[in-house]
Amino acid sequence: MPYIPHTPDEVTEMLGTIGVDSIDELFDEIPQELHTHLADDSTSAIPAGQSEMAVQRLLTERAMLDGTPVCFAGGGAYEHHIPAAVWEIATRGEFYSAYTPYQAEASQGTLQVVYEFQSMIASLTGMDVSNASLYDGASGLAEAVLMSVRANRKAKSKRILMPRNVSPVYRQVVETIVKNQGITLELIDFESTKGTIDLDQLKRQSEPFAALIIPQPNYFGHLENVHQLTDWAHEQGGLVIAQVNPIALALLEAPGNWGKNGADITVGEGQPLGIPLSSGGAYIGFIACKQKLVRQLPGRIVGRTIDLDGKAGFTLTLQAREQHIRRSKATSNICTNQGLMATAATLYLSFLGADGLQKVAAACVANTQTLISKLESVPSVEFPFVKNVFHEFVISLDVNIDKVLEALAEEDIVGGINISPDFGENLLLICVTETKTEDELDFFTETLARALSRLRSSEETNNGEIQS
Amino acid sequence: MSKRIIEQNAEHLIFELSDKNRRSSSLAPDVDISAVCENLPEFALRKDNLELPQVAELQVVRHYTRLSQKNFSIDTHFYPLGSCTMKYNPRACNTLAQLPGLSGRHPMAHASMSQGVMACLFDLQNMLMEATGMKQVSLTPMAGAQGEFAGVAMIRAYHEHNNDTQRSEIIVPDAAHGTNPATAVMCGYKVKEIPTNEQGDIDIEALEKIIGPQTAGIMLTNPSTLGVFERKIKLIADMIHKAGGLLYYDGANLNAILGKVKPGDMGFDVIHMNLHKTFSTPHGGGGPGAGPLGVSERLQPFLPVPMVAYDGQTYRWVTEKEQPLSIGHLSAWMGNISILLRAYIYALLLGREGMERVADYATLNANYLLKRLADAGFEIAFPERRASHEFILTLRKEAKQLGTNAMDFAKRLLDYGYHAPTTYFPLLVPECFLIEPTETESRDDLDAFVEAMIKIRDEAEQLPDLLKNAPFELPVKRLDDVKAARELDLNYYYQD
Amino acid sequence: MTDIPQELKYTKSHEWVRVEDDGSLTIGITDHAQGLLGDMVFVELPDLGDEFEAEQDCAVVESVKAASDIYCPIEGEVIAINEELEEAPEQINVNAYHEGWLFRIQPLKENNFDDLMSPEDYAELVESESH
Repeated sequence: MPYIPHTPDEVTEMLGTIGVDSIDELFDEIPQELHTHLADDSTSAIPAGQSEMAVQRLLTERAMLDGTPVCFAGGGAYEHHIPAAVWEIATRGEFYSAYTPYQAEASQGTLQVVYEFQSMIASLTGMDVSNASLYDGASGLAEAVLMSVRANRKAKSKRILMPRNVSPVYRQVVETIVKNQGITLELIDFESTKGTIDLDQLKRQSEPFAALIIPQPNYFGHLENVHQLTDWAHEQGGLVIAQVNPIALALLEAPGNWGKNGADITVGEGQPLGIPLSSGGAYIGFIACKQKLVRQLPGRIVGRTIDLDGKAGFTLTLQAREQHIRRSKATSNICTNQGLMATAATLYLSFLGADGLQKVAAACVANTQTLISKLESVPSVEFPFVKNVFHEFVISLDVNIDKVLEALAEEDIVGGINISPDFGENLLLICVTETKTEDELDFFTETLARALSRLRSSEETNNGEIQS
Repeated sequence: MSKRIIEQNAEHLIFELSDKNRRSSSLAPDVDISAVCENLPEFALRKDNLELPQVAELQVVRHYTRLSQKNFSIDTHFYPLGSCTMKYNPRACNTLAQLPGLSGRHPMAHASMSQGVMACLFDLQNMLMEATGMKQVSLTPMAGAQGEFAGVAMIRAYHEHNNDTQRSEIIVPDAAHGTNPATAVMCGYKVKEIPTNEQGDIDIEALEKIIGPQTAGIMLTNPSTLGVFERKIKLIADMIHKAGGLLYYDGANLNAILGKVKPGDMGFDVIHMNLHKTFSTPHGGGGPGAGPLGVSERLQPFLPVPMVAYDGQTYRWVTEKEQPLSIGHLSAWMGNISILLRAYIYALLLGREGMERVADYATLNANYLLKRLADAGFEIAFPERRASHEFILTLRKEAKQLGTNAMDFAKRLLDYGYHAPTTYFPLLVPECFLIEPTETESRDDLDAFVEAMIKIRDEAEQLPDLLKNAPFELPVKRLDDVKAARELDLNYYYQD
Repeated sequence: MTDIPQELKYTKSHEWVRVEDDGSLTIGITDHAQGLLGDMVFVELPDLGDEFEAEQDCAVVESVKAASDIYCPIEGEVIAINEELEEAPEQINVNAYHEGWLFRIQPLKENNFDDLMSPEDYAELVESESH
């Protein structure tokens, strides 16, 4: 029996010790009408158990069905090279099959890793403290919103200024999570020629607000003037929530240094730090803040302390804020972090170091700029915004984007993200990371150009037919 | 010991191994950083030097390999942590979930490049529906607590959709997991606690008194956190439904009844499952989990998106366009898919008969361990009841007579190579251990655990200070929690 | 034996109340309560000028393993807070009735404090809860 170590004799002896005749008898307190026997139900949607070999065959077939295309999509999930050692170490049984470090003395490995993770995130973001991680970047942003309302009692406001150039799906997740707590999200527009937050519209806000969210880079890949925005929000008595990409922070100003006083809370998606794309999860949200807000920080936090002999050690701390103690008054209902992903991210940052991370970021920017210049020569490719970008940018085309993406898929290219439903006609969001070679950039450019001319001519034909 | 060996065993942080002039050559691309920065706007650039550890590959590997060895884990130790279902995580699940086609897929890849992963997710939805007796499943919640949140948000959406807006209360038993009341509050509800009687069942008279037109629903775990099956569940379901409320099932203890009882048959309207418990995805040092939802017919329209649908030829994502009453998105895409795949592989390996075996042997092991400990003279909290997959032992006698409390026993167990059971939860039982052996432990291991418990009690009688100062054999001794909380040190780089 | 000074009044939720000469009330947690909670690590106090109704939660005291709400015994406005607790929450453990005071309120209505407990009644409560 898979994973069951008992021999028939052992079962008989164990039943004898308990004083029952069968395993079924152990379920005799459960009302009879509720009993079912899944094992006997051959009509069940659950197949009979299969051998590891058979399951491997099925999974391999399905994995091959999806293939390994060349990827130019980003939008919050980014393809980066992951050093081989990252997952070799992260999936060691001692990390992989341990649980939340409730017994600190028996969990010093996990606890020290988390302490190092917190320190690295704090360093990258320029914040004083980080927690042990949250589920993902989107739900992390929701937690940051809740936190800012708790922390900014002075503003006596549950309004959050939410720029439209924050990822649309992030905005939806925030809405889902905070809407039952009376928090309102005020949408702030972006400048149509720049793609960055419209400061004039922002300045027309007269009502108090708890926090302004500043994405850097924003959903279009563009760089915001974070200093101006931060200072403005602080002058109005609002907090600043920075929503950032951790790889970009290798080159970009840390939120702790934005404006005169720095952002108050920083959140982001940690997936770029050594976590595979894997269809959008499991990822890792990070959240960090200034020291004075630490008690409003949700989720697990690890602290360094000493043991009975005065030797340094690590333990979960500030647990009294959490649901298992505070119950209905907890800062959040969260009771885990993304431990395995935090371990991988810590390993990733340790392997690369500051220098390595800056090189990854710089290679992303260099490749992105190369592709932009190649695309400039493709007829009818337009750039709606000025090109102050990190590793993503928007192009507008004169044909239907879904059809373009379909044509690219036929050539085994994930061509980007169609952002038209949220931002207007025929807009494509493209991402280029350090993983792309010059050949791949040429292949993308040529394939796109071919697809465009083919689609344009077929659209003209179709239009012609309709008119005739 | 030579100085060198002592140094190797010392407590280094990765930062202490760093030298800013060391370079991690082969792992990063070769690029001229300053040339690139010239093309970025000045206002956006970092002004200070980024501080991260600069350590060579071998030294990083060694540092983290050594740290891993300071952990207890399922792979290395018996880990009877009650309510957490620490069972074997089959290696096949990990290996196969990391196949390149699955781990390398971008979430926005075209549907034509996604049929493989969608097939897996669709099959998993169906298997979970079948195993729980629910009408539809959404896989998106990223942990049990997020599943709970989504479940209660759906209860709220349902009442609001019916213009039944006076419902303002969620009922929660006093023994419930702390997430239950925390979740109800996140969804804008008031929490009403109900007591548990001496047999571990819900106090029906007390329940009767607090049910009314203001009741939005009740959150229950069954078997409960007390390690016993709630025998009057059908009556409770009728009472709540008659009052117009809905029933939420916290699937924390599904391992106890998998293949034996379906939550749908008990009358629950919405449930979450903890795949990191029942479906053996890794606990990973505290996540990632996965907390899929199952619902009865009336809550189907409110399920979070996306889900996967199949028309007999092609799989497609179900979004808010097809599911307009959905409570919305809980994550940027569809939750922890790499974890969902591991659960799917586990379900295939077990099959329907293997699933029923989970409950059979988890229950056998728990009742056997209970009997052995009871025979050895330990006090069981609910001696008249059958154990589910876990049970509670109270050390109040030992605390009173010997002055050694449950935490002292827990710490001494670590010295014997056992992870401690859950201590001081549920709060109702004084000096308690919540013990969950799981189905994957052998009888020999259970017997050895009983021997250790007996030995520790002997020690408590003869050398109580030994327990109070335990553990001795671990990388650190008991840690100063008060110092940790008063003098917060959360970041190596932080200077006050 | 737990310390229950005779000159103070008490609440069911284990706060003590001292009526000052100017009619204001000083509030803290009892010696019994600090003993139950253990080593204090943090205190969250109300802001000066905050107004609370009777039995409204207005502060939090936190130990390593527990956090406990403090309820305002009588409707009033906060006129002083013990800022020293921010740096030294352990003062509550050292002396709950003096250095460990939490905040002071000015009652907003005439009040004869009928709802508060005498030292004798509080001693009885402590006794009954320990069984």
